[in-house]
Amino acid sequence: MILRAAVVLAALLTCAAAPPPGASSCSGCHGGVAPLPVLTGRNPADVVAALDAFRAGTKPATVMDRIAKGFTHDETVAIAAWVVVQR
Amino acid sequence: MIRRTPSPTLPRSVGKGVFRPLSRAVGEVRGGGVTRRNLLTTATALLATPSLARAQAAPRVVVIGGGFGGATAARFVHRADPRIEVTLVEANADFTACPFSNEVIAGFRDIAGQRFTYRAIAADGVRLVNAEATAVDPAARRVTLGDGTVLAYDRLILSPGIDIVWGALPGYDEAAADRMPHAWKAGAQTLLLRRQLEAMPDGGVVVISAPANPYRCPPGPYERASLIAAWLKANRPRSKLLLLDAKDAFSKQKLFQAAWAQLYPGLLEWVSLSDGGKVTRVDPASNTFETDFGSHKADVGNVIPQQRAGRIAALAGVVDRTGWCPIDPVTFESKLQPNIHVVGDAAIAGAMPKSAFAANAQAKVCADAVALLLAGSAPAEPRLINTCYSLVAPGYGISVAGVYRPLNGLLTDIEGAGGTSPLNATAAQRTQEAEYADAWFKTITHEVFG
Repeated sequence: MILRAAVVLAALLTCAAAPPPGASSCSGCHGGVAPLPVLTGRNPADVVAALDAFRAGTKPATVMDRIAKGFTHDETVAIAAWVVVQR
Repeated sequence: MIRRTPSPTLPRSVGKGVFRPLSRAVGEVRGGGVTRRNLLTTATALLATPSLARAQAAPRVVVIGGGFGGATAARFVHRADPRIEVTLVEANADFTACPFSNEVIAGFRDIAGQRFTYRAIAADGVRLVNAEATAVDPAARRVTLGDGTVLAYDRLILSPGIDIVWGALPGYDEAAADRMPHAWKAGAQTLLLRRQLEAMPDGGVVVISAPANPYRCPPGPYERASLIAAWLKANRPRSKLLLLDAKDAFSKQKLFQAAWAQLYPGLLEWVSLSDGGKVTRVDPASNTFETDFGSHKADVGNVIPQQRAGRIAALAGVVDRTGWCPIDPVTFESKLQPNIHVVGDAAIAGAMPKSAFAANAQAKVCADAVALLLAGSAPAEPRLINTCYSLVAPGYGISVAGVYRPLNGLLTDIEGAGGTSPLNATAAQRTQEAEYADAWFKTITHEVFG
């Protein structure tokens, strides 16, 4: 719950800020064309949970397991906070 | 290392009489300082002294090249700070995308799906100049266009893509490409290769020559061979495809070779450098490829030639002896000329491949860095992602991905991340990757041109 609150707070703070490292690459794939999932408007904690699971290999993946391994949990939190508020 | 070049802060152009034929009146008036705090000060200054109004003119960014890198950069500089005057210089009226053009060559896709206009980018507020840039003066910070027009800039972003090094392969000059297409820039060459395949009788031989590294789209020659083989298998089943390679190893090699053995046995033959695959000369008149070990006469010959950074990069003085552009991996600023940034295929981006995905990712990082530099701030160390899909047959996709960070002046792979699709993936996963490839193309072209 504390994590979730922290993630939401981070989302609010980073709304109009420069993207955290790595975040601006995401929209190359995640822009609203199915079946690639949309990130905008999601709960950032869900995005973090998905990326953590991809990194741990506990969530089925094609390519996201390979990409999630390039980021730590903390970096993932910052990225999630930013991507969910992009238009 | 981030080079601290003098920040092109606004007062710099005061009294220099910089020729700005394309500046917008609105830019002069609304051009505020770069921070919100400055806005009020600027407004006061505008009312008080006309000379200060000039001093506070909007910073100018010129982008040369309207491909995945340049069009992205122009859009995202404008998005990062709409007060920046952004001009996109592109010689062509519209854009024909390379990713998925191998499907056009193999007859699985219409070239109309590869074409995009610059209308939406212009509607954003980016000034679009449909002209060829013929010179760059890095000291005066000016770009000259084909008609003699001069554009002044505070920061210049070059995304010139590739030029073919004509004659690097003996026999392969510009005229030879009419007979033996390269089809490595999408458009007329793509359609020429398609027509040649359609005209080829069954039992014919298609020969493709792949170059040594580096070149645009590392897995491209192998995707092309795969998709042409798929078309031959269905339409010219007694034909053969010979892929002559100047390398012993290539992108997604194990995945391609496994798919070839499964889908195209006896049809597609890859000849490595060690096995004599390096083409040493071509003869367009007879459609012949020569190697150290013999010659191969083709019914359809496709030469993928040696490449270098697009010509304007050399004219701007940002190309080194390799033919490509060394850049700072944090800002994408040239290591050879201040205030000029290079993104996309032309840049030496370390471990990042020359791909549309990479160009788009680099351009977004570069755009944010340029906006920050113009505001007098320092960009943070970035991280970049690349994902490249290839189709080995319609509905059969494979991918390679990477995550990169600056290390010792180069973009470097983050260890433990990235890599290729698993060799033992299921058919469902291959289908899923093909669907993702299609969705990626729609997404990225919408982000850049939509």
